[in-house]
Amino acid sequence: MSKDNQVLEEFTSKEYEHGWTVNFETDSAPKGLSEDIVRFISTRKGEPECLLNWRLEAYRRWTKMNEPKWANVRYPAINYQDIIYYSAPKAKTEKKSLNEVDPELVKTFEKLGISLNEQKRLTGVAVDAVIDSVSVATTFKDKLAELGIIFCSFSEAVREHPELIKKYLGSVVPANDNYFAALNSAVFSDGSFAYIPKGVRCPMELSTYFRINAANTGQFERTLIVAEEGSYVSYLEGCTAPMRDENQLHAAVVELYAMKDAEIKYSTVQNWYPGDKEGKGGIYNFVTKRGLCFGDHSKISWTQVETGSAITWKYPSCILKGDYSSGEFYSVAVTNNYQQADTGTKMVHIGKNTRSRIVSKGISAGRSQNSYRGQVHIMKRAQNARNFSQCDSLLMGDQCGAHTFPYIDVENNTARIEHEATTSKIGEDQIFYCLQRGIDEEAAVALIVNGYAKEVLNQLPMEFAVEAQKLLALTLEGSVG
Amino acid sequence: MLKIDNLQARVAEKQILNGINLEVKAGEVHAIMGPNGSGKSTLASVLSGREDYEVTGGSVNFMGKDLLAMAPEERAREGVFMAFQYPVEIPGVSTINFMKTALNQIREHRGQPTVDAVSFLNLMKEKVKLVEIDQSLLNRSLNEGFSGGEKKRNEIFQMAMLEPRLAILDETDSGLDIDALRIVSNGVNKLRSKNNAIIVVTHYQRLLDYIVPDFVHVLYKGRIVKSGTKELALELEAKGYDWIKNEMASV
Repeated sequence: MSKDNQVLEEFTSKEYEHGWTVNFETDSAPKGLSEDIVRFISTRKGEPECLLNWRLEAYRRWTKMNEPKWANVRYPAINYQDIIYYSAPKAKTEKKSLNEVDPELVKTFEKLGISLNEQKRLTGVAVDAVIDSVSVATTFKDKLAELGIIFCSFSEAVREHPELIKKYLGSVVPANDNYFAALNSAVFSDGSFAYIPKGVRCPMELSTYFRINAANTGQFERTLIVAEEGSYVSYLEGCTAPMRDENQLHAAVVELYAMKDAEIKYSTVQNWYPGDKEGKGGIYNFVTKRGLCFGDHSKISWTQVETGSAITWKYPSCILKGDYSSGEFYSVAVTNNYQQADTGTKMVHIGKNTRSRIVSKGISAGRSQNSYRGQVHIMKRAQNARNFSQCDSLLMGDQCGAHTFPYIDVENNTARIEHEATTSKIGEDQIFYCLQRGIDEEAAVALIVNGYAKEVLNQLPMEFAVEAQKLLALTLEGSVG
Repeated sequence: MLKIDNLQARVAEKQILNGINLEVKAGEVHAIMGPNGSGKSTLASVLSGREDYEVTGGSVNFMGKDLLAMAPEERAREGVFMAFQYPVEIPGVSTINFMKTALNQIREHRGQPTVDAVSFLNLMKEKVKLVEIDQSLLNRSLNEGFSGGEKKRNEIFQMAMLEPRLAILDETDSGLDIDALRIVSNGVNKLRSKNNAIIVVTHYQRLLDYIVPDFVHVLYKGRIVKSGTKELALELEAKGYDWIKNEMASV
């Protein structure tokens, strides 16, 4: 084995740094899924009848659907009756302020590097933290409320703003959209809700951290963001999970709704537990994310840095309905050891003069498999639609795989579509060049990988970009990075 | 500073160096010349620690330490710099970022504090002037889309930034036109000092018109077969490498 391969190997075999569990008393549903469990969740959350019915309808649809098999990932069959669908940290009453939050919980956040305290005020980030499906505390709410911005947990939105939930829930991702979205619709326990009123520019990054804590708990959160005419919001989502031997299921749904001239920027740094070096354990991440550019000149931009999960199945998409609307997808997906990722995007051009841009950077190391899957669909009335796609793959070592599955459907001949793709390996020459300047192999790999992913990392808000860079280096440490 | 003693090395089972002896003192410039395949670039690669080259005998002492026992990055941190014949491209990494990373790792190795942004920029401005490089090049991805001359100038800029004790210039003149050759050579000359040494590896004499060596060595079949002063280079230029080949054949 060459020296570079060794470095790769060590890099690849780096253990997960966020692996620890905290003993909260949790209030869980019994294992398994049935109409009764759906009712249990809905009752536990004190939901109105109409929402319960919506869930039940989703559940009934789900029982008639089949798990999709087209993705380029392999995993043993999931036993949906062996999963706990609801687990909430036991709480006495509603938390009025951070001081009332379980200190153990606060410690958890501190370990994760998320502080729910005043520090965040200084850095200008409002955090809605979700541990095992229930939103524990939301900061900055009052300050945002002055501007008419609603930012709260999904359950609170159900209680406080039922008319908005009724109007927009399932409007972008219908309950029966796909197998995992239907499952989520039936059992989602919490998530985040943001509403930006007409003409308001949200003055801070809104942020949610997700973390799966209890064993055997699926996390099914739901995020809904509505940006009214001429508004702007940037939303950050970060995820981690403790180390577990068993695989845990995560099936989230994110819906974005942008009115005329509105802009939503959605950034994710995903660091779910990827399993150990031998591929044992890790999160199965089956996520449906979709944004609707409903109004003319609206814009939705997805940026994702995917470093975790044993399996990633995720295609943040844009439906470009409004004329002159635009969608963007910037992605870095890193896989190492035995991780498998099948991720990409779907850009559906419906309106005239719609534009989309896709920049996907895959990095595979160890024995991992990394696939880009993307669809660009230009519909009949989408005059002068334009798309640019760039899909790059970087390989580290010689035991991993990179795959690209681009689909293009054009129904209007005024469309202009460009697709570029490259595959490269980190060269020994590149590493040696760094070494000869006094840079060690690990730093060299981090430098080269961050350079490769730069175009995507540049899309992230500043403080997130720094974190993402560190995470990239960490994920690939000892790998080829 | 550098003492090479009976150095032998091979690449993929092929013996290339057959006992090199060379001593380089601080303040000196040595030119290594020789026909293609004589082992010039192999010598440079072995000194910088490229892993495809296997040392089969001999020793190299650098500043009192066993150079061959050090990893490539350690050699660099101890002050060995190689200006590459074919500098590689690293997309997305600017020369500035690259140099900052290198400089700080070297400083850390030497127990010095890392350099802050302001001092780094000041240092950079100073060196930019010294080697006459266009500052906008330094913001671009390392060597990506650079012309041959720009790549070589960038190598010399890096040398200026890292201030090595020993610089090895591997065929730095290859692919340069006369103007670029002059600029690159001027940069190197400004970096010459009593405290550092330079080994210039070249096929042609013309580089030595600009970087005037104290000693010239002719490498042939993996050995230094002739050593002299700069006049030797002129003689070689006039008589051609066949002169050496014939002379060796008659021995």
